[in-house]
Amino acid sequence: MEETELVMNTALLAGEILLENGAEIARVEDTMMRISTNEGYANANVFVLLTGITMSLPDGTATQVRPVHSRTLDLEKVDQVNTLSRQFASDEIDVPTFYQQLRQVKVAVPTFPFWLQLIAAVVVSVTLMLAFTGLHQWLVVLLTALAGATGYGVFYLINHELQIRFLSEFLAALVIGAIADAGVAWLALSRLAGDAVIIGALMPLVPGVPLMNAFRDTMAGNYLSGPARAVEAILSVCAIGLGIAIMVSLR
Amino acid sequence: MLNILLEAILAYLATVGFGVILNIPRRALTVAGWIGLAGWLVYKGFIGFHQQQQPSMAQLGLAMLMAGLVIGVLSNVAARRKHMPMILFNIPSLVPLVPGGQAYQVVRNLVMNHVDVALMYLGQVVTVAGMIALGFLLAELLARIQLRFHHLSS
Repeated sequence: MEETELVMNTALLAGEILLENGAEIARVEDTMMRISTNEGYANANVFVLLTGITMSLPDGTATQVRPVHSRTLDLEKVDQVNTLSRQFASDEIDVPTFYQQLRQVKVAVPTFPFWLQLIAAVVVSVTLMLAFTGLHQWLVVLLTALAGATGYGVFYLINHELQIRFLSEFLAALVIGAIADAGVAWLALSRLAGDAVIIGALMPLVPGVPLMNAFRDTMAGNYLSGPARAVEAILSVCAIGLGIAIMVSLR
Repeated sequence: MLNILLEAILAYLATVGFGVILNIPRRALTVAGWIGLAGWLVYKGFIGFHQQQQPSMAQLGLAMLMAGLVIGVLSNVAARRKHMPMILFNIPSLVPLVPGGQAYQVVRNLVMNHVDVALMYLGQVVTVAGMIALGFLLAELLARIQLRFHHLSS
């Protein structure tokens, strides 16, 4: 690869990984600018939207566009790109090494395997159920753990296998509501316990990254990407709400 | 006292759990957990540790503002100290403050045709979210001011 091309590809790849894995727009632009500046292209033009990146270098007429369609959540990759970019800025690695390492980061699997994420979902569900409602009965705790793990499992599997947006949230909420209602009926628990189970088990599904980035992007002046993320977050919340609404109306 | 301690531990665990779900790096997990714990304690402190009844809207708003501010400031410090992106710290530690209970009540009361109750809870959800956001904004502002003074003095 020619040198200009390599710089451009490296910057684009870094931007793509960051954007796909939940970084803010400002971070993506900043990282890409640093990479090109570091290689002597101080006045490169980088334009980043939530759904794609456009970049051009000053002395060439070439512009490259990189659409970003899938957005998953793997904040470790954001950190890895950040670390590599720092090493590159302090001349610990050169452009070809940087590019190779980025390609490895792109295909790397998450450190925390699925079973550990399930346990984490149980922890989040149970602890927040206790903190929010203070309902410390063993049966409720066990039911919350079950509903939380199953709900997150459904969410994860649909996201990874089918990749249908918002269906995962909707079905997970439906399953959580069904488990809570069935458990309450079977174990003769109070209605309050059913509510507590649902509230706790839904917590792992909270769209934290889109919510936070909607705020940060909007505040940084990215008036297209920020509100777009807000739409994403609101639709996720609505999908969850719809699932729960259906289960509640079936009671 | 025991309850406060217990709730603090719960907030810590919830934050770390959400961190695992988002796959944040291992070396950020414990720090995020402590920030989540701090945010929860601030929130609890402002609505009153022993309060049994529903806090008033103003109280809730102030508590969330302060919790957001503390999480924002601590995340900023952690991000600079550890040279890691700030979102690794503030997203998980926000999770214990998410108005999940109120959001659920909105949906439930809407379905049961209690529109006025649903609207009341919706008001709480919007207040909480807005106040946390405002807290973050203030934290960002403080960070900028601090950075400016840092540049001036050095």
